[in-house]
This record gives sequence, structure tokens and C-alpha cells, in this order.
Amino acid sequence: MSEGASALELIFSGDSDLYSIVGLSLYVSLSAVALAAVVGFPLGAFLALVNFPGRSFVVVVLNAFMGLPPVVVGLAVFLLLSRSGPLGFLGILFTPRAMIVAQALLVLPIIAALARQTIEDLWTEYRDELTAMRIGPAGRVATLLYDARFSLMTTLLAGFGRAAAEVGTVMIVGGNIDGFTRTMTTAIALETSKGDLPLAMGLGIVLISLVIAVNGIAWGVRRYGELRAG
Amino acid sequence: MANFVRGERMHGGMSDLPIAFERATVRAGAVTILDEITLTVSPGAPTLLIGPNGSGKSTLIKLGMGLIDASEGRVTWGGRTNAASPRRAMVFQRPIMLRRSAVANIEYALASRGVSRGEQARRADALLTQVGLRHLKDRPARRLSGGEQQRLALARALACDPEVLFLDEPTASLDPASTKAVEDIVRATADAGVKVVMASHDLGQAKRLAGDVVFLVRGRVAEQARSAQFFVAPATPEAKAFLRGDLVI
Repeated sequence: MSEGASALELIFSGDSDLYSIVGLSLYVSLSAVALAAVVGFPLGAFLALVNFPGRSFVVVVLNAFMGLPPVVVGLAVFLLLSRSGPLGFLGILFTPRAMIVAQALLVLPIIAALARQTIEDLWTEYRDELTAMRIGPAGRVATLLYDARFSLMTTLLAGFGRAAAEVGTVMIVGGNIDGFTRTMTTAIALETSKGDLPLAMGLGIVLISLVIAVNGIAWGVRRYGELRAG
Repeated sequence: MANFVRGERMHGGMSDLPIAFERATVRAGAVTILDEITLTVSPGAPTLLIGPNGSGKSTLIKLGMGLIDASEGRVTWGGRTNAASPRRAMVFQRPIMLRRSAVANIEYALASRGVSRGEQARRADALLTQVGLRHLKDRPARRLSGGEQQRLALARALACDPEVLFLDEPTASLDPASTKAVEDIVRATADAGVKVVMASHDLGQAKRLAGDVVFLVRGRVAEQARSAQFFVAPATPEAKAFLRGDLVI
């Protein structure tokens, strides 16, 4: 297990290559989740509270899209952003920005679908009371988002877990360029095929640790919410 | 509950009373839930809506609250058909607690009435004291017992400074001690001049609280009378049977 020992050495010696890759991965995935939340929370609240023709269809499609294959999202964003594509003039293909957009699209259905479910459940419970208190539409949304805040936080973390672990979209729209668009997952794929197992394993360990940490935080947030808000 | 605290009144002089139901009918699909209800709710001692389950008590309360519309006929509040008034409050059979602390539940209602932040704290404290929950103010509301939740729901409804308070079987699932605590608050509220309209299928409770009684059977007003008269000398065979303890369906 000399590769394993080397992997641990890379991690604990603060190897700059390894940590710049980790840094970029975090930057891309956190930005993607933030972007997806800005769109996904209002979209989820809208679907939870507003009845319109075709709503069920939208909800079903959104739920199905929680399992979108990353490579397909990557391909779609690639086609949009490529030089001849409709958004080619932006010139952001093979940059971290393109990766953020692609991951945000990947995570958006997860955040919107989970937020819709959470807010709809809470609305079912609160409807009579808020109606009796004559809370207007804006006040209702604010109340539901606030009272569901701990559940919505775990929604964000679920989105982050998905974004940080996927390889398909960032590989396609980022291009895995060394020192520029190389993330943990694309680096693991590349280094493994090159035979540089210590770096691949080191990144793998960091990635798994991050995912565990994120889930630990999610659990803690939920517990705290139960204690504080009931 | 002698030291009853009222919110500061900020009404523009428009009263919601009397509430007049004029041949009000409510249907849900093919089912008629309320059938040509004609009834006037006037200021004074509590009006108790009694009758068997499914007789339309809850629907009548929602109609009076303005939460639902009459399918036919109409309801007027102080002569107005406009139901959008902040001067009516309601407590449901099962209290709906916001996922916040007890005091935050009350401050929420105060904030919805445009009460300033500093004033919210002062009034919330007074209301919690009034319902005997001041020592639990920071407890998450959903962690309170059923009886405590119902008292908190009452305090929250009173925070809206209502002229009329609708109560839909607030003690239906409470033990006797909790029921007494709720009844004490209801009595103090009525004594302070708030018109209480309360549904109950507990005859003892109706006797204890009612100024007048509306007896509903199958969506119709079978009898309406002063409490003293209704319980001693009911006029209709249905009411006689109900008071005897027969099963009125």
C-alpha cells in the first residue's frame, strides 16, 4: 500500500497541486449551489403554492430531473456555449464559469423539487391558520421559507453533495485543463488512467471526507432545527 | 384570570357586529352542509353552537369568520358584505403552531397587525401571562402539550385584538384540567367585551359558558334560544332528545 501512504503524505504535506484542485472544486460547486438556490427556492415555493394547468406535469418532470445524467447536462450546456451555439458569444466554454452554470442546471431540479415538497407539506399544515390571520401572498411565502429554513438547508447540502461528486458535466464543459478547470473528480479520472494513483487516491480521500462532512452538517442542522423550532 | 389584558384598540369605528346569516347555504359538490341558515350573532355573552358531529358547526364558524363563501344567501358583518376584516380571530380544533418559540408565535400575530417591535415584546409578554404560559415563552411551540398549545393559540388569536373570536371545539381533545384553563380564558375574554362564538358538542361546557345557544341538526338551525331557556325548556323534539342524551343523527 505504498500508493496509500503517498496519498496520505500528499494530503498532510499540503501539496499545492492537490489543494488548488480541491479549492477549485469547492468554488465551482458552492457557486453552482448558490445559483441553483436563487432560482430553485422561488420555483419550489411557486409550485407548492400556485395552482395552474399542467402543474402536476411540471412537478413530475422536475422530480424526474433530480436524476439527470450529468453527461447529458454537460452535453446540453456544451452545445449552448460552444462557439456556434446560441450563447457562444459569451466565450465561457472551458472556464470555471461554464462549469458553474452546468452544475447549477444539474442541481436545480434537486433543490426545486425538494423545496417544493417541503414548502407544500408546511403549507398544508399552515393554510387555515395563515388564512384566518389574513396573511397576504408575500407574507405566506416569507413565513413558509422562514419556518422551513432548517429543512431547506439540508436541501442545499443535498445539492452540494451531488455537485461535488459528479464528473460528467465538469469534464465536458470544463475540459479538465490543468490548473484552470481541473476538479477533484476530473483529476481522479485522469490520474487513474495515467497511473498516478497517489494523487487520485489522495483526492478520493478528500472528496469522501467532504461528502461525509457535508452529511454530518446536514444532520446537525436538522437536529438543531428540531430542538430550536420544534 | 382577573387581570385580563386587552390589546390596545386601533379600530376605525367600524364594527363587525352583528353578524347576520341570511338564508346562507353552503354546498360541497352535491352535499348540502349548511341549509338556509338565518341567524344573527349580536354583541353579548358567548354564543354556543351545539349539535352532533357533521351538523355543520365548523362550516358555520368558517362562514362567520369569512374563510368560505356562501353558495347561496349571504352573510353580513355590521351590515357590510365585505369579509376582509382584521377584527375577527379564530382558534381551530387542533392548534396550528408555527415552528417557532411560544413567544414568537404571538409576536408573529402582532407583527401581522403592524405592531412595532418593542411593543410586540411588551404585549406578547402580557398575553403569555394572561394564558399562564409566561414561563414557557422560549419553548418551541410544537413541543408544548396539547392544552398548552391551545392556550397559546388563544393568546395568539387575542393578539389580533378581535372584536369577535371564533372557537371551533377548542377543548375537543383536552383533559379536564386543560379544558378548565381554556374555559377560564374564554370566560375572561367574553367578560372583557369580546364576542365569543364557540362550537362544542359538550353539553356541560355549553351550560357553563353560553349566553345563548344555536342548536344545529343536519345543517339547519333546529333551535336558537337563551341558554337558560334552552337547557330548561327546549322547544323542539330534536333538542329535547339531544339534551336527554339520545343519539340525534
